[in-house]
Amino acid sequence: MSTSLLMFLIFIFITLVITYWAARKSSGSSAYFAAGRQIKGWQNGIAVAGDYMSAASFLGIAGIIAFQGYDGFMYSVGWLVAYLTVLLIVAEPLRNAGKYTMADVLAYRLSPRPVRAMAALSTLTVSTFYMIAQMVGAGALVTLLLKDSGLTYRTSVIGVGVLMIVYVVFGGMLATTWVQIIKAILLMSGTLLLSLLVLGHYGFSFGNFFNAIAHVTYTDAGGARVTQDFLQPGLRYKPPYGALDLISLGLALIFGTAGLPHILVRFYTVPDAKTARTSVVWAMVLIGSFYIMTTFLGFGAATIIGRDFIARNGGTNMSAPLLAQALAGEAFFGFISAIAFATILAVVAGLTISASTSFAHDFWTNVIHRGTERDAGEEVRVARITAFVVGAIAILIAIVLGPTANVAFLVALAFAVAASANLPVIVFSLFWRRFNTKGAVAGLGTGLLASIVLILISPSIMTVDPPTVTGAARHLIQADPIFPLENPGILSIPLGFLGAYIGTLLGREPSAEAKYTELLVRANTGLGAEKAAPH
Amino acid sequence: MPRKIKIEPEPGDLTPIVGAETDVTPLGRSAEKPAHELTADEDIDVADWDRVAAMDEFKQLLVSKRKFIIPVTIFFIVYYFALPVLVGYAPALMERKVLGVVNLAYLFALSQFFVAWIIAALYVRAASKWDEMTRNILAKLGVMRKGE
Repeated sequence: MSTSLLMFLIFIFITLVITYWAARKSSGSSAYFAAGRQIKGWQNGIAVAGDYMSAASFLGIAGIIAFQGYDGFMYSVGWLVAYLTVLLIVAEPLRNAGKYTMADVLAYRLSPRPVRAMAALSTLTVSTFYMIAQMVGAGALVTLLLKDSGLTYRTSVIGVGVLMIVYVVFGGMLATTWVQIIKAILLMSGTLLLSLLVLGHYGFSFGNFFNAIAHVTYTDAGGARVTQDFLQPGLRYKPPYGALDLISLGLALIFGTAGLPHILVRFYTVPDAKTARTSVVWAMVLIGSFYIMTTFLGFGAATIIGRDFIARNGGTNMSAPLLAQALAGEAFFGFISAIAFATILAVVAGLTISASTSFAHDFWTNVIHRGTERDAGEEVRVARITAFVVGAIAILIAIVLGPTANVAFLVALAFAVAASANLPVIVFSLFWRRFNTKGAVAGLGTGLLASIVLILISPSIMTVDPPTVTGAARHLIQADPIFPLENPGILSIPLGFLGAYIGTLLGREPSAEAKYTELLVRANTGLGAEKAAPH
Repeated sequence: MPRKIKIEPEPGDLTPIVGAETDVTPLGRSAEKPAHELTADEDIDVADWDRVAAMDEFKQLLVSKRKFIIPVTIFFIVYYFALPVLVGYAPALMERKVLGVVNLAYLFALSQFFVAWIIAALYVRAASKWDEMTRNILAKLGVMRKGE
């Protein structure tokens, strides 16, 4: 067994023990919930950061920057600025109104059954996209760790994926607030260490570091050696559509976060809107510092180990772990890999359970069986089956995409779906009195459909590959793309809003309009949210 | 009124525990709905909503929020999209090296982090004023918040 693998296993074990201990200590009795209620703003802020910084942030962004320089940094920027949308528009009204998920907000004044059903479908879709990225990351990571054993990427995705799903479905949920806090602290310290090592490599001189970034040498697709300024924009998003694609990406990033189920949930765990606000600010400080450090991770990987080396040893997503290996040896490589793996596990657990329970409860029982369980335990069974199905789909697509698909890009697609389907209905339901059930169903439906169809006909799926490209790297449909952009947001987000708007105009719903006053007062004062504890 | 929610998980209940009661109605249980799942009809008797909505203080609160949130939201969206727009459509300008080899594009991107932090700080300052206004409204209604 290699040193890195041993370190990896030790760290995973320690992480699991800590999380198990934390989960045990804080659950199992009503005291748990009381404690949960008193969670401090800064603690919740760290937990939000932990939830948010998935494999995409750590593995994906570092990879995109290492391969395509400046354009990758745009992901970092968008993912932080997104929190202004959360802070200014969504977090406080949601906490004040005492709402937990998008379905809760919608069902509050609209007809609960149809909107809960649509919200469950949308949650399921967003979660699946998110999961695909985590599976690709986990598969690539394990392939790299076990590369001496000759394990293929396909086998590791299946193995790791099945293990994760079994763990989540039968082992229960470890994504408590405390677990996310521990994970976030590990991730932040690992990133800080790695950043310092990169700076140390350049004698702690920013001048030397940026000079190296301005002269990165690599082998291009044609096999020629080129020297490129990696601070120059446009290496990923090239003309003629690059500029539009960049804007489209930006839209998905800054409007998607406010529609993510596992982020919204976090604002319900704090006592009041003020604490929700404090936790967003804490999260912004942590997430912002982390994303600024992606400069060192990504450009460090580009300059110190180079993209040719990364491409030969596991591909774009492995840039950060490989950088750790090159700078500080096998043990640190094992440590960084363990952090990445723990991150993936926590995110997969959270997503699988929230998606499958909302499907079982909101969709299966409410819609198919009109609110009654046919026999005891049916919902639990449906939730388990859903978790397996979602997991299987994610594993399958992860195999089809192959290890070279960048996970930050894949997660950005999940953000595009969330921004197109979820954000329009959340915003309308909070701020538009006239908004009604038809609008919610139409908005969710249009946003979902538009974003998925646009992804299917985009260059990520449809591209004619030269015959030299073989295997998983080949695109699914060998034809010219119908939609020229990688990122669907620029078209699908307006379509989501338009669908919600037109749907609303199709009819009037006096009961929904009458209840708007109640929502308005609640969202702005917190009156009636259970922590207000009157009398 | 806050409702009593059953919080002891039953055997075989797989409902996730994520730090709050639950994210959906507990699976496989027929207990009362958790508070966050209540609809407006089921949760209407907390206060006289129309009376609150008609209060001058409440209207002032909404105006005060709007006056801050709308312009600031427009500003951050414009400032943010200025980055991809300029990078995409004015590459010559953005590739100008202004600090050694560091170009304007990178500095502009970096500035986004600080602008976001500043806006967040301004928002927190403005929001503390709204907290004060909200307290006044609740006090007028005779509702006391815990710990206040």
